[in-house]
Amino acid sequence: MPIQKPWIVRDYLKCSGCRLCEIACSLKHEGRIWPESSRIRVFMLVPGAEVPHVCTQCSDYPCVGVCPTKALSVDEKTGAVIVDEEKCIACGACIKACPGQVPHMHPEKNHIVICDLCGGEPECVKACSYGCIMMGTRSTSINYDLYSINPEELTKNIAINLYGEKGEELTK
Amino acid sequence: MTYGYTGKIAEVDLSISKISDLHINEKILKEYVGGRGLGVKILWDRLGSKWQTIDPLGPDNLLLALTGPLTGYIYGMRICCTGKSPLSNGIVGSTAAGEFPMELKCAGYDGIIVKGKSETPVYLLVTDDGVEIRDASKLWGLDGKNTIKEVNKEVRELLQKRKPNYGLWKEPALLYIGQAGENLVRNAAIMQKWTHACGYGGYGAVMGSKNLKALVAKGTGKLPDVYDQKMLTELIHKCWSTQFSNPQERNWGTASMGYSTGAQSSAEPVRNWQEEWHNKKSMGIVQYETRNWVKRFWSDYGCCKSCMKISVVKVGPLKGAITDSPDYELEAYCGTNLGIFDPDGVVYMSSLIDDVGMSGINSANTIGFAAELFQRGILTKEDFDGIEPRWGDPQAMTDLVKLIVERRGIGNILAEGTYRAAIEISKMKNVDALQYAIQYKGIEVGAHGIRTGSHFPYLGYALSVQGGDHTSIPRPPMSEARSAIGDSLVYCTISGPSGLRNIEWDFYKAVTGWDMNAEEWTNINGRRIIQIQRAVLLLGGPDLFWEPEIHDDNPPRWYIPLPSGPFKGSAPNRDQLMIERKDAYEAMGWDEKGIPTSTELKSLGLEDVDEALKKLRI
Ligand code: SF4
Ligand code: SF4
Repeated sequence: MPIQKPWIVRDYLKCSGCRLCEIACSLKHEGRIWPESSRIRVFMLVPGAEVPHVCTQCSDYPCVGVCPTKALSVDEKTGAVIVDEEKCIACGACIKACPGQVPHMHPEKNHIVICDLCGGEPECVKACSYGCIMMGTRSTSINYDLYSINPEELTKNIAINLYGEKGEELTK
Repeated sequence: MTYGYTGKIAEVDLSISKISDLHINEKILKEYVGGRGLGVKILWDRLGSKWQTIDPLGPDNLLLALTGPLTGYIYGMRICCTGKSPLSNGIVGSTAAGEFPMELKCAGYDGIIVKGKSETPVYLLVTDDGVEIRDASKLWGLDGKNTIKEVNKEVRELLQKRKPNYGLWKEPALLYIGQAGENLVRNAAIMQKWTHACGYGGYGAVMGSKNLKALVAKGTGKLPDVYDQKMLTELIHKCWSTQFSNPQERNWGTASMGYSTGAQSSAEPVRNWQEEWHNKKSMGIVQYETRNWVKRFWSDYGCCKSCMKISVVKVGPLKGAITDSPDYELEAYCGTNLGIFDPDGVVYMSSLIDDVGMSGINSANTIGFAAELFQRGILTKEDFDGIEPRWGDPQAMTDLVKLIVERRGIGNILAEGTYRAAIEISKMKNVDALQYAIQYKGIEVGAHGIRTGSHFPYLGYALSVQGGDHTSIPRPPMSEARSAIGDSLVYCTISGPSGLRNIEWDFYKAVTGWDMNAEEWTNINGRRIIQIQRAVLLLGGPDLFWEPEIHDDNPPRWYIPLPSGPFKGSAPNRDQLMIERKDAYEAMGWDEKGIPTSTELKSLGLEDVDEALKKLRI
């Protein structure tokens, strides 16, 4: 039996906005605290409606397919998208191809950043103490592509969930 | 190499639209650290010699928003605002939690200093590319929630246009004012993320006086290099795991105190401090928790505790109000202090005060003061433009908030804060309204009474250099310097995991590489800051001056024995306190008149402060 691939389970309504996930991610990947270099970024377009934004590993990997220099590949073990920083020309094609516009540029270097699942044991999940992001394994009966979603759309939902009509007004 | 600091502060003169960088040398950083300490130093250097003539709401005043060396690295981030306070005429280190300081540091700045006055409303935008002054005429008049909404939209579009390949832009972070600050209401706050206020000090009015609607920051850079990253990472994980293993601590924040501080400690403001006890179970945490909280854990960047919650009124005539927790202070001030014992009413009141951008503690103290004058018939329905501010009526109370923010009728006088309003109303009505003003040196008092003798120290506020500010209290045998640590390293002292006392100095070592400990801070660096604050408070002006003999004292009400509750009959003995005050002066290096002595000041290297105080010693 093949080893099951990991997936970061998301329970959006539980996000506290603490951003410990961002800190943990940048400590791991950059060795320091650097919010914008984090592969998971928490959007707070409306206070209280914080949305952690991170790759879902789509079944068809549109980002990988569209990359003109083949800088993106899929890790066999984890299913994570791996960025070849040398090959990436920072054209942004993958951002446009991603249904949720998840990837973003490294704030200093000339390449894209995408969650690599830390090789299978994501640091962000260990830092989240609210059960907003948790470790799971991918099942074949669920379509994870739905989770590649624009944070503005989620913000609207969460704001309405929390604040009702006022939430709708504030996300117009 | 200075670790932990970006090494530059943006300086903006709004009168001439000039933007420049200020660099602070290492010696000053070691002595004054950041936030409150550094703010005090800069204010003293620039305005000290002419302190008494500086109008806090005039163009010569400075507004400082400073981070500190620990901001961003340690749990719980804050920004510290300072300037000459329009309430105390001294300096208050006023902090609020939120993401602004993180964005500021990531954009490459340790802080911002604003001077002068813009002709038209503006906001400042700080990005990786520097500081820009931008038009805010469309934002002027907006409440907090809409200010954030509009600025987010404008700035994200702008950044997207400037760097189209970056990917999605996150929101910028704001320090902003609501209508209260625009209208120079003296206890207007500088706000962050809807509900978080730099409340004490009245710096929202200072921003308004400069025609400055907001400071907005979005940086993409890294936090500055640190001295020992390995040690820092370990400290961070230690704090996280300590906090994670104590889930109960984060469940309620200070919100659980709204009932217990009244019922048990008997130190909560009830109807403008006429009482300090109540036994209303309707104010219990379980009520808020089950009825109003839509978000149980709400954190600011890097906070592992999340003492904040978000509350909403779901039904009834007050429906739609949104605020944070309310935490203890606002449960007390927007609740019991106004005779409101119903969570929906408290959330409603707190929500409006957030939206117009006032300090919930200070402005609700003024409202309670006004309501008591109404109760006593000193102010009437006519004075209030038809409003009848009866205890327990949230709608009438919020109408009064609007009267103040719009400066209509008596609102125009109340907008000057409790102390100044009391003086004015005393003249107007030929009464002694000061006996109903519960404040210290112009700063309305925090929601912690002293009369039981066991909650807050008897002389805590009276000797504080920040007046009624409950976060800056000298607690014998330690000086107030101890309270100023968090405001100068600039982090949230509430969010620290319990059981890790003094860990801030380990963080300080890991980040800056410099050594400091609590004792050294209390006796030297922190003490130096307190002495300067004491000096400017005594210099005061231009509209009011404090005399230690009179004003280093509690409001008259707090010598009246508590009328109810388990501590019924308790009150401090004033004669005894006056003797203790003498000892406290001595311990602080102040003479018998309460003025810092030459010896004390010179031992701290404050010769110029000594010089300036000479005229007060005669
Ligand atoms: S660590 Fe969890 S709760 Fe905190 S911001 Fe990230 S996803 Fe949200
Ligand atoms: S979520 Fe976006 S970045 Fe992740 S695999 Fe799908 S397209 Fe690629």
